Amino acid sequence: MNTVIAFLTRAIVQAIPLLFGSTGEILTEKSGHLNLGIPGIMYVGGISGVIGSFLYEQSVGPENIQYLPAVLIPLCCCLLGSLCMGLIYSFLTVTLRANQNVTGLALTTFGTGFGNFFGGSLIKISGNDVPSITLTATSNMFCKKLPFAASLGPVGRLFFSYSFLAYAAVVIALVTSWILTGTRIGLNLRAVGENPATADAAGINVSRYKYAATCIGSMIAGLGGLFYVMDYAAGVWSNNAFGDRGWLAVALVIFSIWRPNVAILGSFLFGGLFIVHNYIPNLGVATQELIKMTPYVVTIIVLIFTSVRKRREDQPPASLGLSYFREER
Amino acid sequence: MNKSVREPLFHLVKRDGLVWWKSWIVRLVAVVLSLLVSGILIFALTGENPINVYITMFKAGFATRRRFWALLQNVAMLLCVALAVTPAFKMRFWNIGAEGQALVGGLATAFCMVYFGDKLPSGLLLLVIFLSSMLAGALWAVIPAIFKATYGTNETLFTLMMNYVAAQIVSYFTYVHSNPKGSGQMGVINKATQAGWLPKIEGNNYLLNILIVLVITVFVYVYLSKTKHGYEISVVGQSENTARYIGIDVSKVIIRTLLISGALCGICGFLLVSGTDHTLTRDTIAGRGFTAIIVSWMAKFNPIYMVVVSFLICFLQKGAVDIASTYGFNDALAEIITGIIIFFIIGSEFFIGYKIRLTHHTKGGKN
Repeated sequence: MNTVIAFLTRAIVQAIPLLFGSTGEILTEKSGHLNLGIPGIMYVGGISGVIGSFLYEQSVGPENIQYLPAVLIPLCCCLLGSLCMGLIYSFLTVTLRANQNVTGLALTTFGTGFGNFFGGSLIKISGNDVPSITLTATSNMFCKKLPFAASLGPVGRLFFSYSFLAYAAVVIALVTSWILTGTRIGLNLRAVGENPATADAAGINVSRYKYAATCIGSMIAGLGGLFYVMDYAAGVWSNNAFGDRGWLAVALVIFSIWRPNVAILGSFLFGGLFIVHNYIPNLGVATQELIKMTPYVVTIIVLIFTSVRKRREDQPPASLGLSYFREER
Repeated sequence: MNKSVREPLFHLVKRDGLVWWKSWIVRLVAVVLSLLVSGILIFALTGENPINVYITMFKAGFATRRRFWALLQNVAMLLCVALAVTPAFKMRFWNIGAEGQALVGGLATAFCMVYFGDKLPSGLLLLVIFLSSMLAGALWAVIPAIFKATYGTNETLFTLMMNYVAAQIVSYFTYVHSNPKGSGQMGVINKATQAGWLPKIEGNNYLLNILIVLVITVFVYVYLSKTKHGYEISVVGQSENTARYIGIDVSKVIIRTLLISGALCGICGFLLVSGTDHTLTRDTIAGRGFTAIIVSWMAKFNPIYMVVVSFLICFLQKGAVDIASTYGFNDALAEIITGIIIFFIIGSEFFIGYKIRLTHHTKGGKN
């Protein structure tokens, strides 16, 4: 029982960055933009938060930090950093109509470079004399758990033992889901992603929707990077530790067939698949690597399955990847 | 009508096509601007005169013979993948799985080196390795192509996922064959016998790699612009309906093109494992599969321009790595600078494709 609970809680912690990433990407893709820069954006989100809290911790000393600024400063830096990435992407693809795949990949190159550069050189640039970026104090603030969680036993551990960002991820996914399917804004956004010319004719400001969806999506995705550093990695930044999670988030978008509420369960599943090798006894290191392949294989199967079945509500947004120029209608 | 019509200050007009030298001036301006921005960034970080920094950068690529050859080798590898993805891109098949296709090519190479290294004579061994790496790359590319051709499965996402399947299989392979055992690193394969290594020419490690890539460059150029296949590819890329109308079997073209594209990626894996590193890790391709897409697109799918663009990117990356180590910064500075330059070049394409016209306000409000 204890092992099961431990497995589930760890799977959920693994899942949260993916959930942030894929919720953001779904929102972006619904506007017809395939943002392959998501891995880079999550990197930038993470490192921006780290920069913010590093500077704050260094300026007041790790023992004197206070809850509100310790949480708000990284949070704002993270949102700002990922917003900038979203703006670069949407300026290039919406206003300048650049190729989305190329822009996205360039954004990922830039973003991972940005993360690794500041991860490796922040100490030197800021002129501080510390051996490594270890933000344990800030991380503790982020990981403050609900006070009654401990008293509830296994139930408490399973449902109430996470930091506030984890709950935020689920709430954001649910809200996004509701906005997409239950509101006029969502309807307009989906119209833009399906057929921008028609949406334009109906009086929807296509560029504004595309910008908003991409930028908000990027900010949501950036939070995934922040959660990863502050919660999962306990405030220790190490270069490239974030790994393939960004691409896994893109995979999750397909797996959840463009539905944020499905993505919640999907992310838990992916998180489980990510760590399940630790819980299978007598497993060789080599076989572990094969098990880590399953999320991608499952995604491919879902992708094939949806395209073979051709159910209209399961398809990617029709204009995904195409830029829109009004005079080309 | 009393309601005033709000008119935008300017509007966009699609250009019919810019004279080639004008479009190159636009691109050149973009490169210069991006260097300026990177210069400001470097200045902000190091406080060093950017001109000196660019001189350091230049030296990184050209100062010694060895460095120059290393640069050429890098250019050749990037160029090889860029050439490989081009036929598919020209067809508007967004194959972003070059990383994986090249990696399985490398895997096939390492596999043959490990299993047949002491069983086959060296000439035959190299031939077997070469063919199997092409086969592996082609297989990796053709799976998404078949599904795209039959069911319309989204190829961008499919090929992207295939990258990571390939990476995990390679991880598995390197753990199984790790040296020393359990380290997860393969070490140099066939270190003593050098079986399956591409031979040196005149004592130069990389010359053969570079020559092979040159041959591929010529092949892709001829294939795309002088053959019937190349013609079919560009028709399918322009309009699938037109292609069907004039009797081109679109599915066949997609599958055939991806077989070639994948096989060329496989060759890159072969060159990296057998001709360069003599080992295999999941990072052997080192992101070239993604950079190559950008190269191919920036070069407008023209193999000759691709040589120039690959050279530019490799030169800048090498230079930035050198700056980083000179001033004690992290290597990743190279990626930041590459990113900035690519953003500018991507952005500049807009000014080649579109004209911005100020809206002329005529009396009476209507235009």
